[in-house]
Amino acid sequence: MELFFIYAAIVLTIIIIIPFYRVVKGPTVFDRLLGAAAIGTKTLVLILLLGFLFKRLEMFIDIALAYAVLNFISTLIISKYFSTEKAKND
Amino acid sequence: MTEISYTLTIIFVVLGTFFMFIGSVGVVRLPDFFTRSHATSKSDTLGIMLIVAGLMFFEGFSLNSLKLLIVFIFVALANPVGAHALARAAFKFGVKPWFKKESGEKK
Repeated sequence: MELFFIYAAIVLTIIIIIPFYRVVKGPTVFDRLLGAAAIGTKTLVLILLLGFLFKRLEMFIDIALAYAVLNFISTLIISKYFSTEKAKND
Repeated sequence: MTEISYTLTIIFVVLGTFFMFIGSVGVVRLPDFFTRSHATSKSDTLGIMLIVAGLMFFEGFSLNSLKLLIVFIFVALANPVGAHALARAAFKFGVKPWFKKESGEKK
């Protein structure tokens, strides 16, 4: 079963690398933000799998919860800032 | 008993990884910000919820399982709200939605 978790973590790492293309080459700011939020939410699951691998699950679940809350709050605050910023192209 | 929980864990984690892969490909391949937001919010939320449910099956009834349930509920509530706030900010900012081009129009 540990081998299955190791393989799942490796596949998940490859999946996390894919949205970096959108973060580097997004046409607008929001594309970059969306890629960063997608990476954050997938990293949550990677932290949980690492907790199963290290057999310290109770600590890693707390870290994952804090990470999820931080990701959610940062997305909300940055989207609020950019909605008050008026568009330059109108 | 352990075989049943292991089988359920493997099925749920593989399904969740599949949906998260679809979400990642959608972020790269789709043509517009709003379509990309649709791809990443829905399929990523479903994938994370499936994987956390599979880990709950592996863990059984314990305190860690309850904490995983809290993670499950928080992701199910917060991830669509974040995607919606981002899409609303983009719409207010003035990002143009993508339309399919007319077939006769050369542009």
